[in-house]
Amino acid sequence: MKKGTQNIKEEEERWKKDCLGKYTFKKSETDWGMEIKTLYTQNDIQEIDYLEDIGFPGEYPFTRGVHPSMYLGRLWTMRQYSGYGTAEETNTRYKYLLEQGQTGLSVAFDLPTQIGYDSDHPLSQGEVGKVGVAVDSLADMEILFDKLPLDRLSTSMTINAPAAILLAMYLAVAEKQGVEPEKLNGTIQNDILKEYTVRGTYIFPVGPSLRLITNVFEYCSKNVPKWNTINIAGYHMREAGATAVQEIAFTFADAIEYVNAGINAGLDVDEFAPRISWIFNTHNNFFEEIAKYRAARRLWAKLMKHRFGAKNPKSWMFRFHTQTAGSALTAQQPLNNVVRVAFQTLAAVLGGAQSLASCSFDEALALPTEESVRLSLRTQQLIAHELGVTETVDPMGGSFYIENLTKRMEEEIVSYIDKIDQMGGAAAAIEKGYIQQEIQESAYLNQKDVESGKKVVVGVNKYQVEETSPQGLLKVDPSVGEIQVEKLKNLKVTRDNVRVESALTELKKAAEGDGNLMPPIIESVKTYATLGEICGVLRGVFGEYEGTSSI
Amino acid sequence: MNQDRKIRVMVAKPGLDGHDRGAKVIARALRDSGMEVIYTGIRQTPEQIVEAALQEDVNALLLSILSGAHGFLFPRIMELLKEKGLTDILVLGGGIIPEEDIPELKALGISEIFGPGMASEILINYIRENI
Repeated sequence: MKKGTQNIKEEEERWKKDCLGKYTFKKSETDWGMEIKTLYTQNDIQEIDYLEDIGFPGEYPFTRGVHPSMYLGRLWTMRQYSGYGTAEETNTRYKYLLEQGQTGLSVAFDLPTQIGYDSDHPLSQGEVGKVGVAVDSLADMEILFDKLPLDRLSTSMTINAPAAILLAMYLAVAEKQGVEPEKLNGTIQNDILKEYTVRGTYIFPVGPSLRLITNVFEYCSKNVPKWNTINIAGYHMREAGATAVQEIAFTFADAIEYVNAGINAGLDVDEFAPRISWIFNTHNNFFEEIAKYRAARRLWAKLMKHRFGAKNPKSWMFRFHTQTAGSALTAQQPLNNVVRVAFQTLAAVLGGAQSLASCSFDEALALPTEESVRLSLRTQQLIAHELGVTETVDPMGGSFYIENLTKRMEEEIVSYIDKIDQMGGAAAAIEKGYIQQEIQESAYLNQKDVESGKKVVVGVNKYQVEETSPQGLLKVDPSVGEIQVEKLKNLKVTRDNVRVESALTELKKAAEGDGNLMPPIIESVKTYATLGEICGVLRGVFGEYEGTSSI
Repeated sequence: MNQDRKIRVMVAKPGLDGHDRGAKVIARALRDSGMEVIYTGIRQTPEQIVEAALQEDVNALLLSILSGAHGFLFPRIMELLKEKGLTDILVLGGGIIPEEDIPELKALGISEIFGPGMASEILINYIRENI
């Protein structure tokens, strides 16, 4: 056997001819259609410079992780996405999850809350408390976090169009608990662009929405310094059908739009960029998912440093939360999902996640029960403590396949970002329908592959069995709507309505001007003005986004 | 039905739910099978959906919902269809709908409920055979 790189190349050719060539086998490709080689060797990482492209964890370009000691120093935050029914019921679920070893909270709000309607609004009928918890005013928020120490917990809230208002409520609850805003840890999603493309809970047009977002950046950088002011989301694009490459590319395109908005609002990039966080979707394709996170870390660091000239290393860090893929769960043979979730959770950990939610096996059918959510939390705990995968930093680093795939994915992502740049950025690309079309196309191709059997979904298009209907699913108490309406009635007769009116008048004036909206929003929530009333004032000034859709 | 005329189908998203991957995939599969397909987009009220179904003169109305609000929205849509005299439209439901809710929805006149993981061919055949 000869030594050296050139010789590996020669040897590989020889092996292909003499050895591999005797066999017939299938060709593989990635989810985005790139051919996967039969074997990866040293040859496939020749173009990668270790110090420049991979480097050391905790240092630029962070390919191997954002912290030098990763999980040896601190495990990821175990944070199950959770919320349903009333604030009382959800508070009970949070206490249960924390007792079971969960280390952070993640609030799921119901659709009326996400779209800024009170529970008594006509459009809220049938939706109250269904996909998340109903929050109409500070009164509900106080119940939601009752006896949960906000100085010691971190809370992530999946809230977008009315994010500033829910954050204001959280700050008000903290104040009542005697917790100073400087001590608060947490995240609001606050990512409106993907609501226009894939998630649908928009309220205001693009301009005022971006203003609310940059107002939050500015307010928090001065007053709530540890708060993650935006959680830019690829998760929902992936759920809507995007490939792994599209997920990162379109999310980064959105992020570039937000960073530009911050800079255009007069903020220094290093003032707000360290508080940017992310949420992505960890899907089935194990190695592709791991490589995706490594590629994203490296590329984000480069973008922040070179494109935006950020100087603070914290601005370069891609810190992310991930949830396993809801869309990969099957209604058929639901217990199979336990296994899918475990593999996806493992991929997220090997990809270097900071925070993680694992879906529950029954989620293709209903909201998870206490038992199913405990099992998915246990899945994380098993991986953390029993598998040995947290004992060294980035154990996948250096794998010929992983490093090559990381590089290829980075290139694919860059080429999408270039294309979107040429269109004038993410907002323009969304307006043209480009991002929506790309995602829809991927979703359709995927469906065709499943229906033709090219893509196997165990239990769905292969290995099916006769099944009986699943038992013991969680059902949200149908009276939650009435309970919330009753609560609102009581609230409106017991609060000081003169204070409410005057706070809302001040908010309206501020919205018509160009000052920061956080202070008048905080004043309004403290008077127990409802979410619907506050959004109503802003709807009056800003107007509403008109959704469009094509197939 | 007159074979010269293409089957006209409306895919609708009632309520506040933004999950429309399934609705869009189904809409495209139906279109590729030769049907004329109208997609309403998300966040439609029962009134908007029924009015659109009337204006577009559709043979079938497909309701997709994943938020759990079908218990309120489906009966409301069926009531409005009846009011407008649109009882000959084939109405189908899809999304995340618990099995125990299905008998009640069928009693309202919804012909069938299709769950996740269904092949589009099953739906295409069902529509062809039932309008």
